[in-house]
Amino acid sequence: MANANETSNHTNVDTGHPTKATYFAVAMLLVVLTAIEVGIFYIESLGHGIIPILAILSGAKFALVVMFYMHLRYDAKLLTWLFLAGFFLAITVVFALLGLFHFFI
Amino acid sequence: MAQAELAHGGHEEHQTTTGLSHKKLLMWAFLGSDCMFFGSLIATYLVYKNRSLGGPLPEDVFDILTTSTSTFVLLMSSMSMVLAYSALTRGNMNGFRIWLLSTCIMGATFLGFQVFEFNEFVNHEVHFECSHLEDLTKFERTFADRCDGTVDEVFIEHAGLTPRTNLFGTTFFVLTGFHGGHVTLGVIWLLAMFFYSLRKGGITPAKHEEVDLAALYWHFVDIVWIIIFTVIYLFGVFPGF
Repeated sequence: MANANETSNHTNVDTGHPTKATYFAVAMLLVVLTAIEVGIFYIESLGHGIIPILAILSGAKFALVVMFYMHLRYDAKLLTWLFLAGFFLAITVVFALLGLFHFFI
Repeated sequence: MAQAELAHGGHEEHQTTTGLSHKKLLMWAFLGSDCMFFGSLIATYLVYKNRSLGGPLPEDVFDILTTSTSTFVLLMSSMSMVLAYSALTRGNMNGFRIWLLSTCIMGATFLGFQVFEFNEFVNHEVHFECSHLEDLTKFERTFADRCDGTVDEVFIEHAGLTPRTNLFGTTFFVLTGFHGGHVTLGVIWLLAMFFYSLRKGGITPAKHEEVDLAALYWHFVDIVWIIIFTVIYLFGVFPGF
């Protein structure tokens, strides 16, 4: 079972990652961006303009989580490339399938 | 206090050919491949969108405010997960356990929202009054021919959405169901870590990489949901998309 004194007994590890304040700030930013997304959703006058706006907001949220919570901003670049390779391949598959079905099926 | 050796970029140096932990490298490769998995499911949803022969359709069943709330819960779970990892690396084991358990609870809450939503879809009912037909969706209008001129007539029709109802139901349930499966696996993984941390020497700051891998997986299900929420839910009920 847990040891009552384990906080002081264990070794600290410096991972080079951000502080708690940064994590909290990112969380608040994510909440604000989501609230803006939902708010924009109800503005009917934007018409089709809503699509790029929501895409940009969603992309910003994605980037915040990946950079700060998943620490890609602080970790080795190889990990970033490994993830982005799969991510961009996935986006390519999405647009390839959309194009295929739109033009040929 | 002893500190783990940091490489130039801020990450820990490992005795491997890349200088990186093999476990972490493998986790990122897995997450990259999982992007393709969800990418293909999202693509399938999009190519079959607007090809359903009958309803219900997204505008009939989606409740954006409920889904926004569940999105908020999942985003907050990502914050508590990163705070759990931060507490662990600072040697604060009690803080680690509290934040980890919070993450599990929020993950389970998100799953509760999903079960509620699926249940609502399966038991969806169309309510309409013959005196107010102008606000009906395209699918709901198919029921309007039952109005025989009596303006105060009220109809309640069961029109549930299951994976077998139409193409929208099939692709939607497969996509969100697989995401829910990922979240379920994540909750089980984090709960296992919580109970393991109660054992003396089970999880220590020196073994932080084990928690880092679970955290990466958890944040991944969060970013997948960020995309699903926008592309499936918000775009889903937008006319003309």
